[in-house]
Amino acid sequence: MPAIKTIKLIGHRSINAVWRIGMATRFLILTLLHSASSFRRFNLITKELFSTGVMSLIIIIVAGLFVGMVLGLQGYETLKRYGSESALGTLVALSLVRELGPVVAALLFASRAGSAMTAEIGLMKATEQISAMEMMAVNPIARIVAPRFWAGVISMPLLAAMFSAAGIFGGYFVGVVQIGVDEGSFWSQMQAAVDFREDILNGVIKSFVFGTAVTVIALFEGYDAPPTAEGVSGATTRTVVTSSLVILMLDFILTSIMFKGN
Amino acid sequence: MSSSALVEIRNLNFAYDKRPVLEGINMTFPKGKMISIMGLSGCGKTTLLRHIGGALKPTGGYVKMDGQVVHELGQEGLYAMRRKMGMLFQFGALFTDMSVYDNVAFQMREHTDLPEEIIHDLVLMKLNAVGLRGTHNLMPSELSGGMARRVALARTVALDPMLIMYDEPFAGLDPISLTVVGDLIRRLNDALGATSIVVTHDIQESLKIVDYVYFMANGVIRAEGTPDEIRASKEDFVHQFVHGEMDGPVPFHYPGRDYRQDLNLQTSAS
Repeated sequence: MPAIKTIKLIGHRSINAVWRIGMATRFLILTLLHSASSFRRFNLITKELFSTGVMSLIIIIVAGLFVGMVLGLQGYETLKRYGSESALGTLVALSLVRELGPVVAALLFASRAGSAMTAEIGLMKATEQISAMEMMAVNPIARIVAPRFWAGVISMPLLAAMFSAAGIFGGYFVGVVQIGVDEGSFWSQMQAAVDFREDILNGVIKSFVFGTAVTVIALFEGYDAPPTAEGVSGATTRTVVTSSLVILMLDFILTSIMFKGN
Repeated sequence: MSSSALVEIRNLNFAYDKRPVLEGINMTFPKGKMISIMGLSGCGKTTLLRHIGGALKPTGGYVKMDGQVVHELGQEGLYAMRRKMGMLFQFGALFTDMSVYDNVAFQMREHTDLPEEIIHDLVLMKLNAVGLRGTHNLMPSELSGGMARRVALARTVALDPMLIMYDEPFAGLDPISLTVVGDLIRRLNDALGATSIVVTHDIQESLKIVDYVYFMANGVIRAEGTPDEIRASKEDFVHQFVHGEMDGPVPFHYPGRDYRQDLNLQTSAS
């Protein structure tokens, strides 16, 4: 009977999803428990900071510039209708610092660094490198996963900040240099309107949460991937899809807690 | 129970989801010897190795390594025991993000507080023993299959283990590399005074180097003996295996429906 089959399938999928959330949470706890050694040997984290953080810089800065330039153009077109072009700096900065910086940077981070993490760990598993490490009495969670986790958590807020900074320059370039909005009011209104605690700190908290979520998803998917070519490619796709959806979902939750519409 | 046995396996049983993989395995690995476990792909050889390494828990029986029952050890005890073991994986399993040098130095850095100068000398000595001192600056991707296997061998013996396990050490090697690796395995075993377990289906190469052979099929031991006894064995299965015959106790055809039925040549004839 197709109806019962469908119900069965839905049930099976739901149980599976809950199961995986539980496994990922357990994985996160294990990672945190085994983090001490990566801080004692900080060069392990530094190495990963380079490949996840520094190597993502170019895409983050270029994307930030373009997003800022679009914001400058669109913002100017809208503000002009109300005769308040001088507020362009505020609009660009607030949109970036509060929302677009953390969210878009995290989405880019998931597809640039997250997918690479999943593929790398999945392939390490497929080529028995993880089993080999276990047989050498070295805990792979402590040696492979924890340094990558902390590198992701540390680099995400920094990358989001770089994204916002590049975006503000993009907005400045289009708004002030090209269109001719007054430079003084662009910067001074921005400085007056952007609050450190309310806007910047909340943005940093957001990107910290996104960084944690993306990194955990990427590492868990890699660690959990079936050790075959098909398994690793599936896991890489799931990393990008799941973390993108989780970022957007978390963004809504965090925004509603932080700004409450007032 | 002889005191000279490093590893003892008694009545070991294991099942994946109720499908038995190992049934009533009894094996003894005396100190200083090289023992080969042979059998067809999928007969449970690798599963057996994973039990000795403590990666799997048996459903019955036990594996005793150096006086300790492996599956009763906690995480700490298991890791302490694994430091006495080395394992060479089928395709080497070198860490692809580290150079040859760092691969061999890996365990020394993780498990000892040796200063970097001593590690340097030790790594070069280990690499020299496998004839690859000149490759220490290369990355694993720059090595040929046989060279990678030898580097992995150097890494396996980095901390002079008392037990070395080899999972298909000869798989996919050219004839020269095959002889080199086989010869190295034997020489390292004797030089370190270690005990070696070689899981393989390369019958000719392993009969040349090992002291004793266990034959496995479908999760049970079908035959055992010294290489000479195995060569002379009259048992059907061993004979088929040693001489690589197509048909025998191990059939060529995977069991299936009747051929004529599959080709629709016999529609409801009976």
